[in-house]
Amino acid sequence: MSILVIAEHTNSELAPATLNTVAAAQAIGGDIHVLVAGQNVSATAEAAAKIAGVAKVLVADNAAFAHQLPENVAPLVAELGKAYSHVLAAATSNGKNILPRVAAQLDVDQISEIVAVESPDTFKRPIYAGNAIATVQSSAAVKVITVRATGFDAVAAEGGSAAIENVSAGGDAGKSAFVGEELAKSDRPELTAAKIVVSGGRGMQNGDNFKHLYTLADKLGAAVGASRAAVDAGFVPNDMQVGQTGKIVAPQLYIAVGISGAIQHLAGMKDSKVIVAINKDEEAPIFQVADYGLVADLFEAVPELEKLV
Amino acid sequence: MKVLVAVKRVVDYNVKVRVKPDNSGVDLANVKMSMNPFCEIAVEEAVRLKEKGVASEIVVVSIGPTQAQEQLRTALALGADRAILVESADELNSLAVAKLLKAVVDKEQPQLVILGKQAIDSDNNQTGQMLAALTGYAQGTFASKVEVSGDKVNVTREIDGGLQTVALNLPAIVTTDLRLNEPRYASLPNIMKAKKKPLETLTPDALGVSTASTVKTLKVEAPAARGAGIKVKSVAELVEKLKTEAKVI
Repeated sequence: MSILVIAEHTNSELAPATLNTVAAAQAIGGDIHVLVAGQNVSATAEAAAKIAGVAKVLVADNAAFAHQLPENVAPLVAELGKAYSHVLAAATSNGKNILPRVAAQLDVDQISEIVAVESPDTFKRPIYAGNAIATVQSSAAVKVITVRATGFDAVAAEGGSAAIENVSAGGDAGKSAFVGEELAKSDRPELTAAKIVVSGGRGMQNGDNFKHLYTLADKLGAAVGASRAAVDAGFVPNDMQVGQTGKIVAPQLYIAVGISGAIQHLAGMKDSKVIVAINKDEEAPIFQVADYGLVADLFEAVPELEKLV
Repeated sequence: MKVLVAVKRVVDYNVKVRVKPDNSGVDLANVKMSMNPFCEIAVEEAVRLKEKGVASEIVVVSIGPTQAQEQLRTALALGADRAILVESADELNSLAVAKLLKAVVDKEQPQLVILGKQAIDSDNNQTGQMLAALTGYAQGTFASKVEVSGDKVNVTREIDGGLQTVALNLPAIVTTDLRLNEPRYASLPNIMKAKKKPLETLTPDALGVSTASTVKTLKVEAPAARGAGIKVKSVAELVEKLKTEAKVI
């Protein structure tokens, strides 16, 4: 068996989710190759070659891949993927965008967001917002799979010495063009990779009040997330949303502040090791999953917490 | 231009599903069913395009059981002009659904196809991208803004780091994210009018599409239960527990 892992990166940097995806590949077993498709990605390819357990790195360096447009990247992955038993990508917005297009081009079903590998053809994945776990078996010639990073412990970023090989396939399909992007700038850790996450909900009342959470997060070295209610209300941008349709996190410590705990939010954080809930409504469903619950006014509790940690 | 919207009948957003005792699936008997929330957003976007004079006709399609007619009637009440049900009692995988939608696209020749980004039952997030691959069209997934101008559509997408805008040649496929719009409610007169709008029923066989799948579900289990912990009385006690008991700070 041989497995092609699609690297998640920003052209200049390899994203941590790649390490979790390689871990899933290791659980399947076989030769692991990593594809780095992008523009000016030589440093990223070198970083990928150092990942523990990677046998080969394929590099497709082309302006057409600079912004990961699926119309351009999917044909490349489908062409390369034919030679593999498995094609894996992280279940990031990018992986979710590209991989189903690859699967359809290969005429195979895709298995989305696996959280466990039972055997090389059998996997576990959450359905119904994580209220059920399905065990699914694939008979496809090429198994196309996205990997939920929180299900697999990252492999070591150093220790490997894979060969790097250039591939010349692919180019601009001429169907789409990148126009622009607005990326949030933050010195805090990335939400899905942070050891501690502090999240706010509707109880924060407005965007300005999130400053209390930022102060606490900075003291803890934490990332800041939000519930859908807080994002929909315009308190904070969409990339902070934790939940079924937002980001899935599983940090060592998750502090939910002013979050009631809708099932869609719980789907995004209930695998956290320790959950703390601060809410003034003692009936809030969030307390049913919290290891430590504090019924209190968040505007008093959060500043006090910030002083004591 | 003609807009095709795909909708799915799923368990209602507010229902907390339970796994069947024999682990064959989740119990959907006597459970409220609705239009998938992301599909409601797709219908709303199409209706707004028609109100702006961009769309001339909205065709809504669903792949599902006979009862999916209810969700199609809802879409008609919200402003779609006519409906197509591709009737299949079987639970179909995304690739099969995408192949059926491709057959409908071939028949209807829409300039824009709008779908929800994922269904809240299977949580796959695949069908729109697969339809784009099968048709060879460009795709704008997880859309929070859609602007048609001339022979292109600009789609602003919700991505992990923030927002990305792409320009796609038409015809194109768009999948909706939560912030694209807030769907309206159907008015009673429109619900009555919707009953008279045309609804055509097709079958996978009639469309010449095989719905065979390479993936089978072996079992469905409840997730590991997470019990409630304890209530602490003060912030000081919380910090103490986090430091000495949980050892996470």
